[in-house]
Amino acid sequence: MIIGLDVGGTHTDVVLLGEHGIECRAKVPTTHDDLLLCVWKGLEAVTLGVRPHDVERIVLSTTLTTNAIAEEKLPPVGMIVSSGPGLDPEFFRTNEHYYTVSGSIDHRGREIQPLEPMEIEAVAAKLRKEGVRHVGVVGKFSVRNPKHETQIQEILGDHFEYVVLGHRLSGNLNFPRRIATAYLNAAVYPLHKKFFDAVRRSLKKNGLPIPIHILKADGGTMSFDASLDLPGQTILSGPAASVMGSLPFASEGVDTIVLDIGGTTTDMAVLVGTAPLLAEQGAELGSFRTLIRALKTTSLALGGDSVVRVQNGRIHLGPDRLGPAMAFGGSSPTPTDAIVVLGGDLKGDRDAAARGMAHVAQALGVSVQDAARQVFDAACRRILDAAEDMVQAINAKPVYTVHELLEGYQVQPKELLVLGGPAPYFAKRLQEISSYSARVVPQWEVANAVGAALARTTCELTLFVDTERGIATAPEEAFHQPVKRDFTLDKAVSLALELLSHKAVREGATPDDLETEVLEKLQFNMVRGFYTTGKYYRVKVQVKPGLIGHYRSVMQRMQNAYTAVPCFSAGSP
Amino acid sequence: MMLRAASKTGLVFFPAFDWAISPTHPEREERLLYTQDQIFEEGLLDIDGIVEFKPDLATVDDVRRVHFCAPDERSVLTESHLISAGGAMTIAKAVMEGQVERGFALVRPPGHHAMRVVHGARGFCNINIEAIMIERLRAVYGVDRIAIVDTDCHHGDGTQDIYWHDPDTLFISIHQDGRTLYPGSGFHHELGGPTAMGATINIPLPPRTSEEGFLRAMEKIVLPILEEFRPELIVNSAGQDNHYTDPITNMNFSAQGYATLTSMLRPHIAVLEGGYSIEGALPYVNVGIILALAGVDYSKVKEPDYDPERIRQSSDTNAYIDRMAEEILGYFRRCPEFIAKNRATKEFAQRERTIYYDTDNILENQKERLRVCPVCSGVLAIDSLTDRGYHIYAVHIPRKACPDCVALGYDWFDSVNVRSYDRVFLQDRTTDRYQVKKA
Repeated sequence: MIIGLDVGGTHTDVVLLGEHGIECRAKVPTTHDDLLLCVWKGLEAVTLGVRPHDVERIVLSTTLTTNAIAEEKLPPVGMIVSSGPGLDPEFFRTNEHYYTVSGSIDHRGREIQPLEPMEIEAVAAKLRKEGVRHVGVVGKFSVRNPKHETQIQEILGDHFEYVVLGHRLSGNLNFPRRIATAYLNAAVYPLHKKFFDAVRRSLKKNGLPIPIHILKADGGTMSFDASLDLPGQTILSGPAASVMGSLPFASEGVDTIVLDIGGTTTDMAVLVGTAPLLAEQGAELGSFRTLIRALKTTSLALGGDSVVRVQNGRIHLGPDRLGPAMAFGGSSPTPTDAIVVLGGDLKGDRDAAARGMAHVAQALGVSVQDAARQVFDAACRRILDAAEDMVQAINAKPVYTVHELLEGYQVQPKELLVLGGPAPYFAKRLQEISSYSARVVPQWEVANAVGAALARTTCELTLFVDTERGIATAPEEAFHQPVKRDFTLDKAVSLALELLSHKAVREGATPDDLETEVLEKLQFNMVRGFYTTGKYYRVKVQVKPGLIGHYRSVMQRMQNAYTAVPCFSAGSP
Repeated sequence: MMLRAASKTGLVFFPAFDWAISPTHPEREERLLYTQDQIFEEGLLDIDGIVEFKPDLATVDDVRRVHFCAPDERSVLTESHLISAGGAMTIAKAVMEGQVERGFALVRPPGHHAMRVVHGARGFCNINIEAIMIERLRAVYGVDRIAIVDTDCHHGDGTQDIYWHDPDTLFISIHQDGRTLYPGSGFHHELGGPTAMGATINIPLPPRTSEEGFLRAMEKIVLPILEEFRPELIVNSAGQDNHYTDPITNMNFSAQGYATLTSMLRPHIAVLEGGYSIEGALPYVNVGIILALAGVDYSKVKEPDYDPERIRQSSDTNAYIDRMAEEILGYFRRCPEFIAKNRATKEFAQRERTIYYDTDNILENQKERLRVCPVCSGVLAIDSLTDRGYHIYAVHIPRKACPDCVALGYDWFDSVNVRSYDRVFLQDRTTDRYQVKKA
């Protein structure tokens, strides 16, 4: 059995998954001031009477790091940045203790200007004096040659609790994002470590020595030990959890849009077959653009509780929420009230909802029923338009080869998977007014916790081979190996896949459940003075985000058992 | 400190990582690899106000506004050329529709050596991507007066040929002196056809000219002429082979120099042309140009081996440029007078030329006949024969042709003896009609 736990903004959801699907589920209020409390309460609720050794693992998705960053409650971090020529690195300053130092590496990984150890020693002394315990070290083009970053690490020695090196974060080229990512990893490290140590201790103390895994923004998991290397990967795991929880219900061979309709927002993601799409560069959180692998999600400021206003005879929805729907004690009309008026069985106060819609009806000069219909349809159309825009943006993504430009895959979603309180009503109407077929995710209330529980360990790896310089490097793995002139692209791909498997297993994957994929393989003839002097290979591979093999069938059984058909009890829209 | 572009800038980046003229040709897959690395690593695409677009594909109709392709378009171009021209069009569209203030099409293959008649590739170019973009702008958005400033090290003889008779397109080429470099043309007395004199300006610079000389030529020649011409749009053919590390030229320009030139010129649209120092120059020059377009500080963008002392130009270069500036501006100011004289004295003007297609090894003989029209720029007929025996006759009726020139153009097209030629073409820009005849 596996436990999945997702700490959300208001509730913490927990499921215990076994051979028959969801064996047990619980919902407890999220206690923001002491997350350990709600996590523990949730775990307690589903483990009662369960034999500890029957639970393989617990997968946690929390708002811990995301909130700390959003609320700017971060400890001091030392940043040591070596840039060389280009944009002024001062543009990328993340925080107070941000020091730029000499040293420069070029795009091929050649050292242009060496480091000055004295300079680093001075910065290190200053950081120590200022009581800084966590440090990010980032060099431009360090993924091509990490020499300067590792030199700085050696100089820093063991005077700091956590030192993160830029080249270990991602194989992608983007110096400003590397800086932001290193900063966030260093900044959330102490918080992350303290929290999960506490969870582990509680489990042990209560006779549940179950391995802890943690959900990442890319919809994959990692073991607690692996998370200590790069704890920043845990940001934005919440949206990823819901998407992963929808995955069992996606159709193979069809592209799907996942719509999570909440109170204030509708979060959207795209599945190509049963694989969620990833953000091109990485997660974005507030002003931080990062290299943290993340699912591509878009948030529309429209939800069930968005305020409905009428201006110049037209309905405007949101973007604000002034409280719950009138059906649930609020004071402004909302799409949820429209659904209640139209006969939706949402257990709210029907009269209050009607009062809300009466305001709208008066402003529009129509009947209350018509007003409700118009409000609900306006909400549905806004969601469809936003989904359309998202798909268009995905398909407009630049590509860099003639082949991809002419033959590249175009996302064409045919299905909608809907989650959220009013999901059944939205799914029905969205299907009626569009060409999509729409379904509700079964037991969507705990899809996030299910998603966390079932997500497989993911990771990515980039390999560069430069036969002119005679080197193969996989920066994320700190892998460097000399290569001969006759090294081939095929060899590069198998080397990359081999390194990827090692990495995945080390981070918590089951060796026989690795669905790997080659994301990119490019080869270039390097020609100097009309002679071919070498080959340049670039290979990027990943373990795809997806569900762990064994439980996929369990969830399919769960879907088959799900027969509830949503309908409005009276006067459907 | 948040990084934000002062001018919203569009970028089409299309390195065509799967296309080459041949595996070891300078125009090969690897050409923009390190440029991509530098642009990505500097995080330029994350700067607020820099937007990347996916290139559109140009169509055969777009090509037919500009070229006579012999025997037809598909025989002389590949998809890659249509993407390259399409990329330039994408940027132009974004500028015209106000999505961005200016933009840069960082595309390959280049186009500025492609002339109006195309029998094959010359100077690595098959079709003229700037001209295709410009004529589409005119067809779709009704833009009239446009200036092209070609800062490639080689004379932009293709663009010059296409606009030689067009008084509404100012073509200025700054390049290494034609006596020392391919294609061997672009002397400062080349000023345009009989009805369009002064709309072509050539600034041949001596070998080893450095930042100082280039910027001096900009200040003393390019900017004053632009000021007088008053274009609605400025296009920069942004070749980067004036760089001191370029393997096939002899100039001493730098990334700082290119960036400064770009901020002086303030082009609406820049289009990459040549530049074959793929590691030492292109990564830095392109970053410099993008930042300059966007109005972001580029003062720290430098090549690893940049040393202004080592690349200083000869001491007499400035004086040489000053003398040339005086002569060129003198000519330029007298051009209206020359045009009036041409119109008063000639009914038709002819010129005969030999054009060499170095990339495809074709030799073409061209006879051109222009009506020196008193009203418009005049209808043009080209008789072109290659050393492979391919013979065409092509009539070009310009965009603003007068009714007499239109009628004469159709008359030439209808009355020509089709059996003497492999193909006979008509390009009527007044209606955008393109016709082909063969025996």
